[in-house]
Amino acid sequence: MKKIYDNADKALEGLLHDGMLIAAGGFGLCGIPELLIAAIKRAGTKNLTIASNNAGVDGFGLGQLLESRQVKKMMSSYVGENAEFMRQYLAKELEVEFNPQGTLAERMRAGGAGIPGFYTKTGVGTLIAEGKETKDFNGQTYVLERGIFADLAIVKAWKADPSGNLVYRKTARNFNPPAATCGKICVAEVEEIVPLGSLDPDMIHTPGIYVHRLIKGDHEKRIEQRTTRKKESV
Amino acid sequence: MPWDRNQMAARAAQELQDGWYVNLGIGIPTLVSNYIPKGVEVTLQSENGMLGMGPFPFEGEEDADLINAGKQTVTELPQTAFFDSSQSFAMIRGGKINMAILGAMEVSETGDLANWMIPGKLIKGMGGAMDLVAGVKRVVVVMDHTNKAGESKVLKSCTLPLTGKAVVNRIITNLGVLDVVPGGVKIVECATDVSEAEIKAATEATIIA
Repeated sequence: MKKIYDNADKALEGLLHDGMLIAAGGFGLCGIPELLIAAIKRAGTKNLTIASNNAGVDGFGLGQLLESRQVKKMMSSYVGENAEFMRQYLAKELEVEFNPQGTLAERMRAGGAGIPGFYTKTGVGTLIAEGKETKDFNGQTYVLERGIFADLAIVKAWKADPSGNLVYRKTARNFNPPAATCGKICVAEVEEIVPLGSLDPDMIHTPGIYVHRLIKGDHEKRIEQRTTRKKESV
Repeated sequence: MPWDRNQMAARAAQELQDGWYVNLGIGIPTLVSNYIPKGVEVTLQSENGMLGMGPFPFEGEEDADLINAGKQTVTELPQTAFFDSSQSFAMIRGGKINMAILGAMEVSETGDLANWMIPGKLIKGMGGAMDLVAGVKRVVVVMDHTNKAGESKVLKSCTLPLTGKAVVNRIITNLGVLDVVPGGVKIVECATDVSEAEIKAATEATIIA
């Protein structure tokens, strides 16, 4: 069975070092490993390279690690909602490697699947393809992208069982499954750890083989853009 | 009168065909879902891992785990499926999505699209846009015909960094509808009370008769 830790700080003990590459799940603030990010902030680990679709918002999610200057480089697809990110980037205090969202997801998936390189049409003819090898298939040009092999993967799931099997909820799934596979070690934070045998084996999203450490905790689950529609009056 | 945002969205909704799978970009394209014609059933794909995206929730029913690509809370439908981001872009890159409707900063007469960065100023990132334009079957851009400075956004050649090369099929602006064709762009339709002359004056790209 997998080791279940009391809290995020203990779950990361022995796993953090300056200069490491971390793959993180989450899309915006949805499905982000809140507790593990906060623990990394407390640990003060520096010069981090983080592969994550977004960079949180000012004060929450990965935004916290930007504020505490722990991040050297981000590998992301969209950072529009984070003023501190923009400021550090334009002031050249932060390196950013923009990855198209699909390329980022596939790089994580490929890294976890033993595929060191793959070809995609995404970005051909744009800045993204500069300096990269290309190859023609069926008369069309594709660009070579490399798998991401992270030191650590931090993910958020809905439920886990003690063998590390994970189930995600709705759009909080997003980057968590590919991220979980591409780290040497994966730590997963969940809302609930359920008894062994209570998850339907046909409905497991991330098989336990990918998960090394587990924590259960309470999540804020902030909504970035609360949007509603009016009820039509009868 | 040139079309306003809602009218542009309503015109873009006319591009949808029954049974299609469609991805709507953030901004004006999200309004398209308000104008889907009667009898036309489309399934909206959200790049963050959802097929069959429903309308915004009623107040009090927002779910932090259920958002669209613009980070807004949404709802599900009976046909909804959830999947991870690598699966989402597999279906996009794999050509299963019929149409992407997205915004733009610039479009060129060869169908090049720029919508993700202004060097030194606005660099939010490309999100899923590069994958979408490289993968979907048909790309429709919805944008204002000119920028805040009154300059044309329909150009001979994009000046901003590209999102995709030769990817745009149709452009819907506040002035009308243009298609990217061999040699340039062709005026397909004028907005209400807008003349072809007005469109030509606002278009830097080569206009094919």
